[in-house]
Amino acid sequence: MKTTKIDFMGKRRFALLFSAIVILASLLLLMVRGLNLGIDFTGGNLVQVEFEKDVSVAEVRETLAKSNQGNAVIQAYNTKGVIIRIAADKEEDRKVLGETLKASFPGAKIVRFEKVGPVVGSELRREAVIALCIALVGILLYITVRFQFRFAVVSVLALLHDAIITLGAFSISGMEVSSTFIAAILTIVGYSLNDTIVVLDRVRENWKNIRSRGLLEVLNESVNETLSRTINTSLTTLLPVFALFFMGGPVVRPFSFAMLVGIVVGTYSSIFIAAALLAEWSIRSPQKV
Amino acid sequence: MLRKDRWRLGIVFLVVVVALVAVFPVNGRIKLGLDLKGGAHIVLQAKGTPDNPVNEDSLARLLAVLRNRIDQYGVAEPVIQRQGKDRVIIDLPGVQDPEAALELIGKTALLEFRKVLEATQPVPPGPQRKNYGSDDEFNQAQKRWDAAKADIDAQRDSLKTKANPFEGIIVATDAEGRAFLLGKALVSGKHLKDAKTSYDNIGRPVVTLSFNSEGANLFDKATADNVGKQIAIVLDGLVVSAPVVQERISGGNAQISGRFSVPEAQRLAIMLRAGALPVAVDVIENRSVGPSLGADSIRSGLQAGLVGAVLVFLFMLLYYRFLGLAADCALAVAVLLLFAGMIAVKGTLTMPGIAGIVLTIGMAVDGNVLIYERMKEELRAGKTRLAAIDAGFRKALTTILDSNITTLIAAAVLYYFGSGPVRGFAVTLSIGIVASVFCNVVVTRALLQVFSGVRTQRS
Repeated sequence: MKTTKIDFMGKRRFALLFSAIVILASLLLLMVRGLNLGIDFTGGNLVQVEFEKDVSVAEVRETLAKSNQGNAVIQAYNTKGVIIRIAADKEEDRKVLGETLKASFPGAKIVRFEKVGPVVGSELRREAVIALCIALVGILLYITVRFQFRFAVVSVLALLHDAIITLGAFSISGMEVSSTFIAAILTIVGYSLNDTIVVLDRVRENWKNIRSRGLLEVLNESVNETLSRTINTSLTTLLPVFALFFMGGPVVRPFSFAMLVGIVVGTYSSIFIAAALLAEWSIRSPQKV
Repeated sequence: MLRKDRWRLGIVFLVVVVALVAVFPVNGRIKLGLDLKGGAHIVLQAKGTPDNPVNEDSLARLLAVLRNRIDQYGVAEPVIQRQGKDRVIIDLPGVQDPEAALELIGKTALLEFRKVLEATQPVPPGPQRKNYGSDDEFNQAQKRWDAAKADIDAQRDSLKTKANPFEGIIVATDAEGRAFLLGKALVSGKHLKDAKTSYDNIGRPVVTLSFNSEGANLFDKATADNVGKQIAIVLDGLVVSAPVVQERISGGNAQISGRFSVPEAQRLAIMLRAGALPVAVDVIENRSVGPSLGADSIRSGLQAGLVGAVLVFLFMLLYYRFLGLAADCALAVAVLLLFAGMIAVKGTLTMPGIAGIVLTIGMAVDGNVLIYERMKEELRAGKTRLAAIDAGFRKALTTILDSNITTLIAAAVLYYFGSGPVRGFAVTLSIGIVASVFCNVVVTRALLQVFSGVRTQRS
């Protein structure tokens, strides 16, 4: 692939505006619709049941209604398996649920059950926020040391951009947010930075031409020169994540969905947002070269 | 190949051989997490009372009792450890019946023998619609039952008011709803020497107790004083049975007969042998996975990994041709090293951990992409092939390091904060990153040098 000559910097305002709108929409979604928090965060019971024959969610719900548990959250992950969530904190309720199902569907098997107390859930929420903050600060420090403060701020802004949009995508999709979701978000934070670093690294390398060519030209050149590797590295990572999403089973599906969204958005932000932010900042308050 | 570069090939050869020896045969060498091999993960919260606070001593005794119970129940390689000030984590791999395990662990199992001072009638079983000819009859029966129950409830409340002013006098109920006014504990579980399951003369499972010498004396006195009266056997505040003492019992043996199933009697015997929990506990977290689901998870994870690897393999081959082949070889080495690393650090493989491996397959060739694109630039700038290879590796190195270190920072934070499965992910991701950086900068380079050496000789 020859080096492209796309005028990214000329369109940077569109890109920034577009991202601002998507971020606002994501934040709005998070406030209005919220996230489908799993029992890891809210506390509660989860029972995964496998049946011998195909069943529908409606059938399972009808059966559970007999033991007054018709309001349970029931989700089918394939034709013979469902995951049921109940808010109850009594041990009894889970046993009743299992017995009701086994009585109505011979051969039904409980393959997994989880109980999380409300205290544990709120602790996880707090720890997740702390973990995210520490990771962001750590990355900010590292890039400041390796590059310079402005690059670090721009990268972290790009990261927040990726994380917020991924959260928005989760809000729309209604997919369950569990403790592995934190793993996904932190990995996105670490990984989506890779492409940004590749671009910024090239900016640093081309910085010497800034007097002769001007800032925008240098940024444009850097993004274009690194474009093929930005896309290829993301593509090679997306391929196995796709496989994981479709074949990995119900436990890792939300995780791989988060990674899919995060990698795509991260690639976009590396190409369109990081350098654009740097341009806006430098134009407003020029740095000594 | 230049003589001075031979060391690199030597290192690669050595590392691959060591990794192969470490990894194969892979069966049993990698520790599987509970979510993959099945089992129960339980977190207990110790609940102190003002009289019986949770402190270093009571928590240490709690751990000892729990360990004792679990050992007697027979679980291979259980993990029992304290977490923080007042919590205990218990991992029971391969437990077939997690509900039973939970019963065994969560019960305080405080056994007491107390004199029965007063007792109410049992609450009769509620009426069933199918036993009545019409709705009217059923409703009347229901009303009669409600009245009977209210009467017994009132009696229980009056027993409670009687018990209130006295220290050590309690009111407890049994499975049939009888309420008992009970005197002070005469003998308790701490006076036991042994507890076994056996069968009584009509074949029901019972738990036979033998007291230590102090307990035998107390029991002797208690039975001597109460011939012809009732003594209640109370377990965790519930009356198991309240037999009438026929005669003085001096041998230091007693029997608990309740309505046990055989497994229930066995669990009770274990709990009594191991002793009561020094403080009561709440189950605040419990995750149990059956072995079949774990096997399914491993299978689907492997499939996804294989398909992902094939896709990446083909992409690199089609896009970078000859260079792609070198990257693919390096990828294979990276996956091999990842498994060897997991074995070396005795890491636990979990389902999110498998996801981490699949992710690593995709991220491992990122470094190759960076190097190859750099090499293309150098070639375009007019360098010779060998010079381009050299410059490509040299200039891409810092970028590769920088981008991977940020991912490592995230993984480290995740390891520190995560628990169980998530921690497994952090481990595979970290090892995967280190392995792929090694493969990018050392393995690929050695391969390219060998290949281009061969090519140069041919031409």
